[in-house]
Amino acid sequence: MITVNDLCLWYGSAQALHHINMAIPEKSITALIGPSGCGKSTFLKTLNRMNDLIPGVKISGEVLYNGENIFAPGVDVNMLRKEIGMAFQKPNPFPMSIYDNIAYGPRTHGITSRIQLDDIVERSLRGAAIWDEVKDRLKKNAHGLSGGQQQRLCIARALAVEPDVILMDEPTSALDPISTSKIEELAISLKEKYTIIIVTHNMQQAVRISDKTAFFLLGEMIEYDDTEKIFAMPRDKRTEDYITGRFG
Amino acid sequence: MAKNSISAKRKGYIGLMRALMVLSAALTCALVLFMIAYVLAKGLPHITWGLLATAPSYMQDTVGILPDILNTVYIIIATLAVVIPLGAGAAVYLTEYAANKRLVAVIEYAAETLSGIPSIIYGLVGMLFFCEFLNMQTSLLAGALTLVIMNLPTVMRTTQESLKTVPQSYREGAFGLGAGKWRVIRTVVLPGCIDGVITGCILSAGRILGESAALLFTAGVAHVVNGFFAGLAGSGATLTVALYFYAKERGDFETAFAIAAILMLLTLLINLLAWLVGALCKRRRNV
Amino acid sequence: MKNRKQLAENAVHGVFLLLGLITVGCVLLITVYLIISGIPAIRQIGLFNFLFGREWASTAAEPAFGILPFILTSIYGTVGAIILGVPVGFMTAVYLAKVAPPRVKAAAAHAVSLLAGIPSVVCGLIGMRVLVPGIRALFNVPDGASLLAAIIVLAVMILPSIINVSITALEAVPKEYEEASLALGATPVETYFRVSVPAAKSGIAAAVVLGVGRAVGEAMAVMMVAGNAANMPSLFESVRFLTTAVASEMSYSGGLQRQALFSIALVLFLFIMLINAVLNFFLKRSKEK
Repeated sequence: MITVNDLCLWYGSAQALHHINMAIPEKSITALIGPSGCGKSTFLKTLNRMNDLIPGVKISGEVLYNGENIFAPGVDVNMLRKEIGMAFQKPNPFPMSIYDNIAYGPRTHGITSRIQLDDIVERSLRGAAIWDEVKDRLKKNAHGLSGGQQQRLCIARALAVEPDVILMDEPTSALDPISTSKIEELAISLKEKYTIIIVTHNMQQAVRISDKTAFFLLGEMIEYDDTEKIFAMPRDKRTEDYITGRFG
Repeated sequence: MAKNSISAKRKGYIGLMRALMVLSAALTCALVLFMIAYVLAKGLPHITWGLLATAPSYMQDTVGILPDILNTVYIIIATLAVVIPLGAGAAVYLTEYAANKRLVAVIEYAAETLSGIPSIIYGLVGMLFFCEFLNMQTSLLAGALTLVIMNLPTVMRTTQESLKTVPQSYREGAFGLGAGKWRVIRTVVLPGCIDGVITGCILSAGRILGESAALLFTAGVAHVVNGFFAGLAGSGATLTVALYFYAKERGDFETAFAIAAILMLLTLLINLLAWLVGALCKRRRNV
Repeated sequence: MKNRKQLAENAVHGVFLLLGLITVGCVLLITVYLIISGIPAIRQIGLFNFLFGREWASTAAEPAFGILPFILTSIYGTVGAIILGVPVGFMTAVYLAKVAPPRVKAAAAHAVSLLAGIPSVVCGLIGMRVLVPGIRALFNVPDGASLLAAIIVLAVMILPSIINVSITALEAVPKEYEEASLALGATPVETYFRVSVPAAKSGIAAAVVLGVGRAVGEAMAVMMVAGNAANMPSLFESVRFLTTAVASEMSYSGGLQRQALFSIALVLFLFIMLINAVLNFFLKRSKEK
């Protein structure tokens, strides 16, 4: 569903990604692991072109999404981001009500009917397993929620524009263990309908939830395979060193 | 699919907002340019040596703004001479001494209040307090003291900001050597706030230069050439007050525009200075 | 020896404490003076007659001291200036804070700080020579010195406050909010107006209130373009603001007339204190976020 061919990326003159090739299957969870600064977050943000925002970024190669190159001139980056949603490292709900947070995306894309919006809000919040916790305070400011609830709210907000793919950039790094396990359960339940790509520092997390794992080091993708295989018998020495905790 | 583009309605909204933003910014800049160009075009041709270097004379029916220039200079000097020690001292108290949070809040609230009071009210109270109660009569000194109160918050704020950039470790180091508080302040803290004081001077000079309502009833409207101390004791119009009188009371727009052009040039100069000092301080801090 | 040193330290502390208290003293001084000198005339005229009297004829044989025309003119003039100035200032601020390339932004920032530095009498002079004749010709009225001219001059004069405070508020909006919006497929412009602006709303409200304060308090520029007749406010009539009522008669006033002018200043002062309180409320709220 997403095919990456020979992707390179530079920040100014520094090359941050080197010739990445990978095919990401749909309705599965793919984990990107590797030490800090290995390029996994940069790679993730390339997939919905959030890197476009950084001045001086240069990209070569292609990313095919449903067979079309997302860097092609005719592609509308806003529509691309509607289909490839994102959850960030730090929960970042808007300083608005819970309802308005969820309705923000659909409203942006032109839905104004109250009935339709109510329906989307409920479905999205249910989808992100947070409906029961917030249904009585939809009009309250989202910043009153706990960190874990905020992160699930952000995932619900991403679901509200009906994406096919959800990118998660270390979504649990700012959360406590209980909230983390809730997000992990959520990710597993979401893969029935969505393709999920998750960057994580936490190797147990990758083992617990992902179907495929890619190991990044210094801007290169060292190894990419089924999660079980990567963690049971890595082919590359560097992958083995990393997952057995030699560096990182 | 991704090749679809956003709806026409959204494109319309974006285009409209973008146009409004660019138009507004362009309008703001155009206004400023127009005002500068208009004043300079109308005023510069009327600036002559005779205008700059003489006092006006009813007898000979000539117009000169030398006294107004001198008065402006005097009042700027006098105001700064008083407001700098007061404002900087208040800032030192707030950052170095004050332990009571409530008191700090009260002082800062008072400073904010002062900066919100319109200049006409300063003029009125200055007239009542300095001219009448303290019996200074209508004089440049009374005007200058009124402006001291007005500019106090500015000097306090700029000094406070620069004091905050003096690293705490400097103070600790000096205290560690057994220096008393006053000695630490004199040797370590005060030298660090010099750029804040300079910024405060420039900003205040700009405000004093442009001030008129607070001076109308405190400094008066006389046009006599005096020395510094005689000048302070007597009534005198600054450039802005003179501009007002030439334009509104005498209908002499040539002189009014000449003064306006001078004021505009000085405003440009002060802005340039403020910018230079800001850039210099930034560089010094980054080194 | 030690005692003497301690004594000196205490003395210095005392001096700085005094300096610190100067601002408080000044505020008290101003407040007390305005109240003491403002009350007698109100007593003599009657609070109701003073505030709601529709006629001001301070030098007539049977003088009338009603300041309703001034109060209403100040309110209308300020509202007008806000209606004209806020949209332009706000849009400029969003453009400069979020959209403009760095060079354009730096140049425009210089222009705005220049505008803030232009003396009010110069603004008044330009208004006198450009706006007043322009309004007379354009709207075919006998005299262009009017409320409308004052509104336009005030709108220009409050622009820098509105722009600068709004920019500060907009720049303080966390990048994460904007990223989240972009990641949902909103365009940058949509993001600025639907996420950044609402997130900065307290700061922008403070900018507007600051503009209100500036407009209410401005005297000289208004005096030069508003005509200064004590009429009830109307767009093309000559009008007098609270500030200009004080300024225009002070130099030749005496007796009750002079005291009434102090009372006007007291009313103006109360307006300003109210505006300051509102301003502080918004500033505090925007800092808390």
